[in-house]
Amino acid sequence: MNWQELETLPRTGLESIQLLRLQKLVHRVYETVAPYKAKMDEAGIKPGDIQTLADLKKLPFTTKDDLRDNYPFGLFTVPMDEVVRVHASSGTTGKPTVVGYTAADIEMWASVMGRALTMAGVNKGDMVHNAYGYGLFTGGLGAHYGVEHIGATVIPVSGGNTKRQITIMRDFGSTVLLATPSYALNLADAMADVGVTPDQLKLKVGIHGAEPWSENMREEVERKLGIRAVDIYGLSEVIGPGVAMECLETDKGMHILEDHFLPEIVDPDTFEPLPYGEAGELVFTTLTKEAFPIIRYRTKDISRLIVEPCACGRTLVRMEKVTGRTDDMLIIRGVNVFPSQVEHVLMGVEGVEPHYQIEVNRQGNLDTMSVLVEVSEQVFSDEIKALEALTSKIQIEIKDLLGVTAKVKLVEPRTIARSEGKAQRVIDNRQL
Amino acid sequence: MRVEQIAVFLESKSGRLADITRTLADNDINIRALSVADTADFGILRLIVDKVDKAKEALKANNFTVGKTNVIAVEVPDRTGGLATVLEAAVKGGLNIEYMYAFVNKSSENAVVIFRFDDMDKAIAVMQEKEYTILTGEQISAL
Ligand SMILES: [Zn+2]
Repeated sequence: MNWQELETLPRTGLESIQLLRLQKLVHRVYETVAPYKAKMDEAGIKPGDIQTLADLKKLPFTTKDDLRDNYPFGLFTVPMDEVVRVHASSGTTGKPTVVGYTAADIEMWASVMGRALTMAGVNKGDMVHNAYGYGLFTGGLGAHYGVEHIGATVIPVSGGNTKRQITIMRDFGSTVLLATPSYALNLADAMADVGVTPDQLKLKVGIHGAEPWSENMREEVERKLGIRAVDIYGLSEVIGPGVAMECLETDKGMHILEDHFLPEIVDPDTFEPLPYGEAGELVFTTLTKEAFPIIRYRTKDISRLIVEPCACGRTLVRMEKVTGRTDDMLIIRGVNVFPSQVEHVLMGVEGVEPHYQIEVNRQGNLDTMSVLVEVSEQVFSDEIKALEALTSKIQIEIKDLLGVTAKVKLVEPRTIARSEGKAQRVIDNRQL
Repeated sequence: MRVEQIAVFLESKSGRLADITRTLADNDINIRALSVADTADFGILRLIVDKVDKAKEALKANNFTVGKTNVIAVEVPDRTGGLATVLEAAVKGGLNIEYMYAFVNKSSENAVVIFRFDDMDKAIAVMQEKEYTILTGEQISAL
């Protein structure tokens, strides 16, 4: 079956493929990975209990803690001499999480990434500027192999040295940009500084992921670079980039490569599976990975699944742009606050750029939240009262949307760190 | 009749004002007049310089947020009550002053006061009617 047939199968056809693969997977991990067997035994589940896709919910979840407890290779299902590559993601606390790939896994990864690129209109003949970091991070190499898989040209530029990147994009005629959204904006700002305009470039599409970004940020990337900006989703615990991808026909969600990655949405409090359309924590089971399969991995990303058919013809379910992280959620004076809500407010104010940082402190027993906002030329005024009107407008809108009072502090441009990886949006100084 | 002024956003942290004057000096730009307006959280530095566009570019290149506004520069007799009579004329003429700052001109009897009014056209008319001297940008640079 070729990609096109696979991606346009009736749901029942796809689901029967998923079930067969799931059953095989559960048998294999039960027999080869002691920690999985122990968890299933504890839950009283045998591999034979998986009779339908709905039986998936009987299986225990896997969390980042399970990966750390079995650091580095304890959850691999194959002997190490069959593992041809490892990647690791840096943990903000404690040990990194390590993932491994057999030769067949690398091949599968290249094919899902290739299919993802195809959804964004990338083809043989395209010049793909890959600014995702190469190294232990899955972004750079994962995207790289996908580009080669479809026969397009990859420029393995990796992160950093922004001015050189602009020169390369211009001189090599890059048609596709792969970068985190914040780095894409960083490139756009640097282009303006060195006097390179979008019409001097051949870029037509940007594929941006690895960090949460809003519709407003998408619009800014598109405007500043003169491209179509699409969203890609992936995480190393599942495989890396290429888990889900937005097609060019919709801006309502990314098609999940469901023949390899089985998604669920669960309630973040009760962990009960939720029906299509409801928002909750995204959970993935890998159906075909060899070295490091994962069952019901809790991503901590908040999303929704859209099962309605897409204009592109693909029947693959779509996941809505990730709107928050279960662990990014800040609780300020008892109110749940997602940084993406603050970004939404800021982007609604004319001239305000989406570069912000949230600072949370505790004074006595009271939480205080400050939002640092860079003063762009568009909002700057030579009059104090105009700037004070701006800060109070933002403050009122944050209060309206989030229900908490934030102090809005104006800061000089480019003083909030633009990480070339993930932007640091929140500084929580509370010692809780 | 109008003078171009540049305004620079200042975060309340020490050393930024010095960074600005250093940047201007390095670019061979002379500051004719300067005032800082500030609140607890931020400030605005307003500057009259001899090379406005060059100053703006140099500061922008150093990551400052810079704006350009028109102000008027009025020559005021440097004696007791000199300023008061100008302000009275402005009030009688129905003008609202957004802000003002002064500098003393070494080479003459007069001080120069920089005004930002809500209605600049009307302000020029009022000052001319009262026969005050309004300086141009070139005249200020030449002082
Ligand atoms: Zn589609």
